[in-house]
Amino acid sequence: MPLIARLIATGLLVASQSAAAEFYQQLDSEWSLEARAFPDNAAFAEQSDGNLSLSLLSEWYAEWNRDFSVTIAPFARFDAHDEERSHIDLREFYWQGVFDRVEVRLGISKVFWGKTELLHLVDIINQTDAVENIDGEDKLGQPMLRLNWALAGVSLQAYALPYFRERPFAGEDSRLRAPLPVLRDDALYQSPDEQSHLDYALRVQGYAGALDYGLAWFSGTARNPQLLAANFVNTPNGPQPSALQPFYGLLDQLSLDAQYTVGSWLLKLEAVWREQGMLAQIPGQPPQRLEVDYGAATGGFEYTQYGVFESAWDIGYLAEYLWDERNDAADNGFQNDLFVATRLAANDVLDTTLLAGVVMDLDRGSRFISVEASRRLNGNTKLALEMRLFNNIDARDGLFYPLRQDDYIQLELTHYL
Amino acid sequence: MTLLTPKYLLVTALAALPLVALAQSPEEKGLEIATEADRRDEGWGDSESTMTMVLRNKHGQESVREMRNRSLEVDGDGDKSLIIFDQPRDVRGTALLTFSHKDGNDDQWLYLPALKRVKRIASNNKSGPFMGSEFAYEDISSQEVEKYTYKYLREEPCGELSCFVLERYPVDAKSGYTKQISWIDTSEYRAQKIDFYDRKKSHLKTLTFHDYSQYLDKHWRPARMEMVNLQTGKSTTLSFADYAFQNGLSEQDFDQASLARAR
Repeated sequence: MPLIARLIATGLLVASQSAAAEFYQQLDSEWSLEARAFPDNAAFAEQSDGNLSLSLLSEWYAEWNRDFSVTIAPFARFDAHDEERSHIDLREFYWQGVFDRVEVRLGISKVFWGKTELLHLVDIINQTDAVENIDGEDKLGQPMLRLNWALAGVSLQAYALPYFRERPFAGEDSRLRAPLPVLRDDALYQSPDEQSHLDYALRVQGYAGALDYGLAWFSGTARNPQLLAANFVNTPNGPQPSALQPFYGLLDQLSLDAQYTVGSWLLKLEAVWREQGMLAQIPGQPPQRLEVDYGAATGGFEYTQYGVFESAWDIGYLAEYLWDERNDAADNGFQNDLFVATRLAANDVLDTTLLAGVVMDLDRGSRFISVEASRRLNGNTKLALEMRLFNNIDARDGLFYPLRQDDYIQLELTHYL
Repeated sequence: MTLLTPKYLLVTALAALPLVALAQSPEEKGLEIATEADRRDEGWGDSESTMTMVLRNKHGQESVREMRNRSLEVDGDGDKSLIIFDQPRDVRGTALLTFSHKDGNDDQWLYLPALKRVKRIASNNKSGPFMGSEFAYEDISSQEVEKYTYKYLREEPCGELSCFVLERYPVDAKSGYTKQISWIDTSEYRAQKIDFYDRKKSHLKTLTFHDYSQYLDKHWRPARMEMVNLQTGKSTTLSFADYAFQNGLSEQDFDQASLARAR
């Protein structure tokens, strides 16, 4: 694409010429100390009932003439028990240039798509850093070239994603892990190019009055792998798998996300249609690849009462319904589920907030309960509490069943340097 | 300034107002003063400034907020603004984009840097505290003439100046106030003081404006605003620095891409 090459060359040239004219930089760093306690007995002997972990995040941002910037954001975690959770990642390392209405981003970066609160169905660009938290909100840096063409109220985005990041999995010593060890270094791919497959995506996003919308197309390697039974060993009950092997199929995803904001109501919707290569395992036969197409959607509302009881407190009520055409095969566990929650905000000097909710599986009766609260201690320090409970988990809830004994309460202290 | 500039002529015309006041109701005169104050500030184009808030509780304990503000004047509608939060550190990098409107709710988007997420938020939370301070969202939002109805009360000395005293009533039912009494100086039409009355019609807060400077030979901006809550004893000082006007900002600097880029 010579046009892009020219744009970038121009950008670098302009950036270097104007470096003396207007330069701005900032360096922000933070460390977090996280303590987790697991009140239930561990499912596996090597797991422990508590954990300590330290993470560091830095971001250096430099800007020339307002239109050109470089961002470098390394992340590291040191975990007391899980060597898989101890990891480093370059969350961001990119150059960005703005040429009138076109923004060009080149390098490793993070992008968020979507509207709903519990499940980010539509969000697909970045791989989930699954060892960080089971909420799926931590992401690995993704190498990309992104063009964003901004028009009045609408922007058109095009992504080229030349390298795939595999999902990290918690190690055997860790709680909140898969029921069997995951063969992290032996993932299978549908594409012969494996991690070098060139993924691409297109997105239109914008707003019209009270409506915010996004319509997107993604074609590339699925971020969420299928975990195949592997390394069969003979037992008195016949051959049994002793490990799980990730399989990354190719995925086409058409997605819609929308939010309608009226008064104190936010009405939210995310929907995807996917066609994905998967492997079917039939005992005694080699795995068979098949193309699966399916739909999934989540939608609901958030309603907020401001200044309740003549105080500064806000109370929000959230409800989101989650549906997946695959039923029990849904790899996120949300095939016919209802999420209800309340969000409290004190609006005080210390910014005290709380979000408490439950996800109910309407087919099986399984319940996932989550409480997140946070409060500032001073201008540089924040304390966050997190509690997750797995309650009445049904064996057919494939995602939550392995976690059924991993209720935990977590305190995290974050200090900003 | 010659005596023949339009501005001088208008001041003369206003000074002559009492002569024709028989035909003018207090409501009309109140609106006229508010409109004139707004008209005098037209044409600022765009502005940038840094804002520092010092929050004090009744024991005198202080807490600091730092923000940078970019604003764009929009012809025929409310202004656009982008606020970037620097302090406290846990909200650093968060940015708030507001399209204010003369009628109806403003449009607001919040950028959350940890998730890289732009989120449209409900903007009818008028009366909630901004950043835990004594300023409500409606106190720091763009002050459009159409957001209030007015009633002229009197003219009286205010410090070394003389002030119009008018009541204004929020049009929006979501406002936390039943009325505000504002003191506007007769020489330059600058707000000098505002008393806020809560939903129970009792005096809640007083805002005073200090150290005005004039920019581009036209636009007056205070360097400091003091908000005192008379019911709780808490107060907030809002200071402005590094005012810069006509920086060449355009609509493109106030869209969602700019919001996500803001540092």
